[in-house]
Amino acid sequence: MRYRHILSETWSGLRRNLTMTLAVIVTMWVSLTLFGAGLLAYQQVGLMKGRWYDKVEISVFLCGTVSPASETCTGGQDATDAQKQVIEQTLRSNPEVAQVYFESKQEAFAEFQRAYADSPLLDTLTTEDMQESFRIKLVNPEEYEGVVGQVAGLPGVQAVQDLREYLDPLFSWMNLIQVGTVTASGLLLLAAALQIGNTIRLTAFARRREIGIMRLVGASNLYIMLPFLFEAVISAALGILLACGTLAAGVYFIIIQKAQVSLKAFEWIGWPHAGLAMVGVAVVGLALAIIPTLITTRKYLRV
Amino acid sequence: MIRFEQVSKTYDGQQRAALRDVSLEVEKGEFAFLVGASGSGKSTFLRLILREHRATRGRVFVAGRELNRLPSWRVPSLRRDIGTVFQDFRLLPGKTVHENVAFAMQVIGRSRKDINAKVPETLELVGLEGKGKRMPEELSGGEQQRVAVARAVVNGPKILIADEPTGNLDPATSVGIMKLLDRINRSGTTVLMATHDSTIVDQMRKRVIELDEGRVVRDQSKGVYGYQ
Repeated sequence: MRYRHILSETWSGLRRNLTMTLAVIVTMWVSLTLFGAGLLAYQQVGLMKGRWYDKVEISVFLCGTVSPASETCTGGQDATDAQKQVIEQTLRSNPEVAQVYFESKQEAFAEFQRAYADSPLLDTLTTEDMQESFRIKLVNPEEYEGVVGQVAGLPGVQAVQDLREYLDPLFSWMNLIQVGTVTASGLLLLAAALQIGNTIRLTAFARRREIGIMRLVGASNLYIMLPFLFEAVISAALGILLACGTLAAGVYFIIIQKAQVSLKAFEWIGWPHAGLAMVGVAVVGLALAIIPTLITTRKYLRV
Repeated sequence: MIRFEQVSKTYDGQQRAALRDVSLEVEKGEFAFLVGASGSGKSTFLRLILREHRATRGRVFVAGRELNRLPSWRVPSLRRDIGTVFQDFRLLPGKTVHENVAFAMQVIGRSRKDINAKVPETLELVGLEGKGKRMPEELSGGEQQRVAVARAVVNGPKILIADEPTGNLDPATSVGIMKLLDRINRSGTTVLMATHDSTIVDQMRKRVIELDEGRVVRDQSKGVYGYQ
């Protein structure tokens, strides 16, 4: 009886405010989709940064079995231990260098395996085909030229690479997407929360007689509030489902079918990341339905 | 059943106190009239009992609870012990007579079986047997007030508060309502009725509490509306 009454009140509330309910659902849908897209962009940036991006500025790749002959490399041969020692000494004695990591062939191969897990490339390469490298963290990332110049010509060094040089333009785009989607979704979510608050105010006004009597005869606050809460949660749940569907479609058609096929050099987000984003969307969506409801019902249904 | 101990109430932003140092007790099973001009503090007195407001000073006890210390989440349980009737009936226009009375039971979670047994019984008590399917607008004022009384007593409250229950009714109809309230009182319910209707007060010869500018100026058993 109790629950039948609450459910019938919820249903009649949803019907009475049909246009408002639809407005809430659509706003939730769009805003949560943008929010989810922001979460996906964030994870994508994380994947692209890989292991070294946040830790080092410069990578010094040493000559290996795959290196062609050049001024500093004897073609097809690894840098010798003596050469490595000289390079490391040079780096460590430079005051601009804060930290030097050495990446062995085994470590490089493990990283390669992780990044190219599904690629046929993996079958043709072995640990021996990898390159050893020194990864260098600078005291001041802007002052890279001195260090690059110092080690670039040393025997045993095949190439000196500034990882940021080619990743940064890409990341600035990704950051723009992240900031843009999160800001836009924040504004829309605010609008959705206000709409929910407004719907509740209208419903509370339309039902003021019933609510007055419920309070008078001693219905509990929870009992009075539940239809409002259910109404908001149902609208939010529909918005969340639509947003998750849109995100899933986006991941499938844009990432899995396009990006992963045509841009194999990067690691791309997949279903596990999409799942995580959907959980985030659901949590935020529900919070945005429940919190304004609690606040507005407190205001309009006070004992 | 109701006890006021040196109760004062001043509303926020007002200089004048609505109630000043009121002390009185209404015993279990009593019938008491609350009289006085508009603005004398009758409504404030009733609102304090219902815990719609809290006393500014002093202590209010209702049905074994001290209201100043009652947390808001316990207020519904207090209100289940009190039935309330108003001048303007406050029935739900979209619901039948039966549904209006049943509503009071539904919203506090009573079972359907209880409701179906209790509602016709209560409608019979207030003299509306067979009118459960009518809509409120099809009834006379007196009948509508009977529905309101049925709704107020259907959950078996310990106290019935009536705020000008005959204010919108003609004298003959009013007598009928008073007989009904008297019957409910005889079954053990404490009744407190605020009224302007001197004829009724004079006829009933019950306890009369008179308020003037927030003070109790008279408290007389078997009293009349004005001074004799």
